[in-house]
Amino acid sequence: MTTAAPSRARRVADLVGRARELGIVVALALVVIPTAFVNPRFVEAQGIRDLLLNASVVAVLAAGQTLVVVTRNVDLSVGSVLGISAFLTAQTFADHPGMPIVVGMLLGTLIGLVCGAVNGLLVAVGRVPSLVVTLGTLYVFRGVDFALAQGTQINATNLPDELLAMGNGRLFGIPVLVLITLAVVAAAALYLRSYRSGRDLYAIGSNPEAAVLAGIPVPRRVFTAFLLSGTVAGLAGALWVARYGTVDAAAGTGLELQVVAAVVVGGVAIFGGSGTVVGAALGALLLGTIASCLVVLRIPAFWQQAISGALLIGAITVDRLLALRLARELRGRSDHDG
Amino acid sequence: MDLPPDPPPLVVLDGVAKSFGAVQALSDVSIALVAGEAHALLGENGAGKSTLIKTLAGVHRPDSGRVLVDGVEVRFSGPADAKAAGIAVIYQEPMLFGDLSIAENVYTGRQPLKAGRRIDTKAMHAHTAALFDRLGVVLDPARPARGLSIADQQVVEIAKALSFDARVVVMDEPTAALSAREVERLFDVVEVLRAQGTAVLFVSHRLDEVFALCQRATVLRDGRHVWDGPLEDETPDGLVRRMVGRELSALFPKQDTDAGEVLLDVRRLTREGVFTDVSFTVRAGEIVGLSGLVGAGRTEVARAVFGIDGVDAGEVFVNGRKLKLGSPTAAMAAGIGLVPEDRRQQGLVVDASVERNVALASLGRLSRFGLLSRRSEQRLAQDWALKLRIKTARLGAPAATLSGGNQQKVVLAKWLSRRPSVLIVDEPTRGIDVGTKAEVHRLLSELAGEGVAVLMISSELPEVLGMADRVLVMHEGRLVDDIPRADATEERVALAAAGRVAS
Amino acid sequence: MAERFARWETALVAFLVLVAVVGQIRTGGAFLDGGNLFYLGLDIGEIALIALPLTLVVVSGEIDLSVASVLGLSSAVIGELWDAGWTLEAILPTVVVLGAVCGAVNGFLVTRLGLPSLAVTIGTLALYRGLALVVLGDRAVADFPASFTQFGTTPVPGTWLPWPILLCAVLAVVFAILLHTSSFGRSVFAIGSNEEGARFSGIRVKRVKFTLFVLTGAMAALAGIVYTFRFSSARADNGVGLELAVVAAVLLGGVSIFGGRGTLGGVLAGVLLLGGLRNVLILDDVSTEILTVVTGLLLLVSVLAPALTARVRSSRTVRRSP
Repeated sequence: MTTAAPSRARRVADLVGRARELGIVVALALVVIPTAFVNPRFVEAQGIRDLLLNASVVAVLAAGQTLVVVTRNVDLSVGSVLGISAFLTAQTFADHPGMPIVVGMLLGTLIGLVCGAVNGLLVAVGRVPSLVVTLGTLYVFRGVDFALAQGTQINATNLPDELLAMGNGRLFGIPVLVLITLAVVAAAALYLRSYRSGRDLYAIGSNPEAAVLAGIPVPRRVFTAFLLSGTVAGLAGALWVARYGTVDAAAGTGLELQVVAAVVVGGVAIFGGSGTVVGAALGALLLGTIASCLVVLRIPAFWQQAISGALLIGAITVDRLLALRLARELRGRSDHDG
Repeated sequence: MDLPPDPPPLVVLDGVAKSFGAVQALSDVSIALVAGEAHALLGENGAGKSTLIKTLAGVHRPDSGRVLVDGVEVRFSGPADAKAAGIAVIYQEPMLFGDLSIAENVYTGRQPLKAGRRIDTKAMHAHTAALFDRLGVVLDPARPARGLSIADQQVVEIAKALSFDARVVVMDEPTAALSAREVERLFDVVEVLRAQGTAVLFVSHRLDEVFALCQRATVLRDGRHVWDGPLEDETPDGLVRRMVGRELSALFPKQDTDAGEVLLDVRRLTREGVFTDVSFTVRAGEIVGLSGLVGAGRTEVARAVFGIDGVDAGEVFVNGRKLKLGSPTAAMAAGIGLVPEDRRQQGLVVDASVERNVALASLGRLSRFGLLSRRSEQRLAQDWALKLRIKTARLGAPAATLSGGNQQKVVLAKWLSRRPSVLIVDEPTRGIDVGTKAEVHRLLSELAGEGVAVLMISSELPEVLGMADRVLVMHEGRLVDDIPRADATEERVALAAAGRVAS
Repeated sequence: MAERFARWETALVAFLVLVAVVGQIRTGGAFLDGGNLFYLGLDIGEIALIALPLTLVVVSGEIDLSVASVLGLSSAVIGELWDAGWTLEAILPTVVVLGAVCGAVNGFLVTRLGLPSLAVTIGTLALYRGLALVVLGDRAVADFPASFTQFGTTPVPGTWLPWPILLCAVLAVVFAILLHTSSFGRSVFAIGSNEEGARFSGIRVKRVKFTLFVLTGAMAALAGIVYTFRFSSARADNGVGLELAVVAAVLLGGVSIFGGRGTLGGVLAGVLLLGGLRNVLILDDVSTEILTVVTGLLLLVSVLAPALTARVRSSRTVRRSP
């Protein structure tokens, strides 16, 4: 049996993939190093802990969003799902002080699961474009959230101490929230890389028609992707409560755009078929770090949005150029005799 | 239906009928696929071949009739069932996942697993390499599928079929986009499959290939089974007669015309990596055939002349005037029309009405002060639908509802309504039934008779030899031969296309 | 296909009538009162202005989520230039040109670099809003002369129509002619339906799309002017979140997110429906959360209904030749 030596095509594709992720790390370095010069405390243990913590929520959301974007869809409702989950979780903790932390977290996650299921049903079964569906549920979930909240706000003082301790506590020097984030990212990455249904998601985004003909249960997979995205957003809501304590009905507003930006900057193609969870999480880290750097460098926060926007555009431009180059290389020479 | 006595067939369709709304696609169709046999499926477009294939593939469920696998009646609830039963279909356009590796494409949904139900990538690559070994092909299992040639993509599809022990392999027009050498390789692969006891269903319009490869054939006409039997006692003419149901006079009625002035003058056209130093002329009243293997650069030259793609060097003159390259608007203004290779994706806007499609290249002419006149749009469409005998329920119907042949007529109407002086047609009769084919040829002939310069790109040698006043041959981006009609033989053209120009 | 559209538009009109009737009843006649209609008109002015060009953008198969940020940026620039002493006669055209430039950037990225418009305009959404913040910070400029701000507070003499609605009406006619009767509009439909096919028919796809983005930017700037004078306040965060309302109105109006289908009349009905609903709910003292939920539900219905009818149809007719 002949084992073909790695073809040129394979090497080129691998290189591009790695270069992309390396690019984010390089960008991170470019941003962190000058800031560290200005304020060396930025890269001390506490500073790094803060950086990671700040990026946690968006990173978790980005992990879930990757599953959806890879299938050539998008989930714009994650901010609203986080909001409703955060509020309901906080309220439940406030009303039932003796409730174990885990149960509360599970509740938040469950709320997210239900929201994700709604999205999944509409997109997969209703065969309706996800941009529109999740735009609609963004409104609906947020509206329900406000309706339930009736203008009230849950304060940190009403919440059990263990919850807040977990939210701000550390295990082996690493913030618990960061550990949870890493766990979610690792799980999502493993799913997409090594499990059949995860690989199916890539296939669906790469060529939806072929996916159907190949016998992939597309509606089921897409449903699952949205279900997971919602579940993760629900978990993120619970984490939000643990971290910030004070929650009102506006929690998470506008997060969806940050998440999409993180995912795109992280190398996940908006047209589906390629990209990794790790990349998306790195993208979230990069965007979060930039925000922190601006504060340290005493650049007015006003610039932050403009910079994120410019970065996003830069990232997709680079991706596009890379993709064109890659396609050209792959077409160049065939790797077989004749 | 005559079931061949022995060995018992692997798959049988018995009296199958299928309709879509008002259209009866199949009525009372039967076919038997026997192990180790290559069986041809013939019929004009609209005869029901595609529906039959999709029924075998489990995509469509028959309204009546039976599907038998190994003599047992089955009901497929979807493509997965058909695959499980051992039926693999390789469609005309192989549908691979560009972002995934070749190995993942072969093993979609069935990747080998290791501990914890995780995918065993090494095993997957090893299995895939073994499959390619069996087929006698060398491809890297780990490379992304993006960028593979169509011939390679087909091989991947065949490997996929082998990987789930397909016992029936259906190939839908597999050779349409292959070079002669790739066709040979494909035939070798089919022989390997047959030797292993696989039944092969070969759908093609190319009768010479059918006779070379297959032992039996089934002919469909208008959704019905018309004939089936062994091929050894048959002739191509006989088969055509059964497909069309009538005697066909000469398929390629090229009128003799006196060539006039040079209308299209291409000089040293070059596009890096695609084609180099291409020069040729087309005179008024001439039909110039452009032949060559797939990938030789013919379509690319056409696209460059029409301005869809840019060029790196060279010039084009139309009617003596230099053409501004890289601009379809300029090309159209100079009087060039292009009937592109891909009818549905490039030639038409399939969701739009026939009317709108016919008018699409004439928006400027049909408007005054930017406002489009619907009445002149309709009149244009009506005139040309009549002239070209376009068969459609009504002109407001979406172009998607027309048959392939009629769709091609719509594309032609779109360009002819502009009265071009140069018409480039790329694979004008690909995927079209025999009857409409003849109409298109007659049309092109008439056009030439009216003084239009026609450049016809075609991979069908008989068509080129029958229609062209001169045959240009391209090989790997260069123009290697320019053969007048009298000297054009299949051999000479094929040799030139392969890069061996007779000295 | 024409029938399916007629059906959705009739549904829209039916909804509108329903809202009007229910509104009248529940508010004891206050809904269709001139004074109330004036406020309704004011409320939907900016959304309507932006929805006009956005309709064409979506029909061409693209999207532009940066419109509200362009609105904000124009507002911020108005404030800053006014503070710097410019006259309004100089500021207003400048701002419209600025909007066109913002649109041109979007257009360039989409047509020349071939980037997907969803991702690009999410980026420019942040970029332009960010620039607005950089320009004006969190100040508010409010000392505009009454001669301009009255356009936001008094109706056209003799009617209950607010001035912006008049502007809207005129532009709506222009855009309707552009989309439905001109050859430009025909090419927009073709591009949205099959971009490659359009290109092969000689349509200048890049130029058309670029023009659409520039138009959208300019109209968003115009909406920024209207917004600023309506509230007599130039702020960098004017219009945050408005893009969702505009996209909702466009989709509600029956424009397909996939491109190639839609009518301007439908979009205007969509704008009216959204605005009318909001108005009725406010009059009826219903909380704005319900409005949010209803907007979302309407959006979902607007896409579910055609998808469902399409499925019912396809199971009955053949869509492709076999």
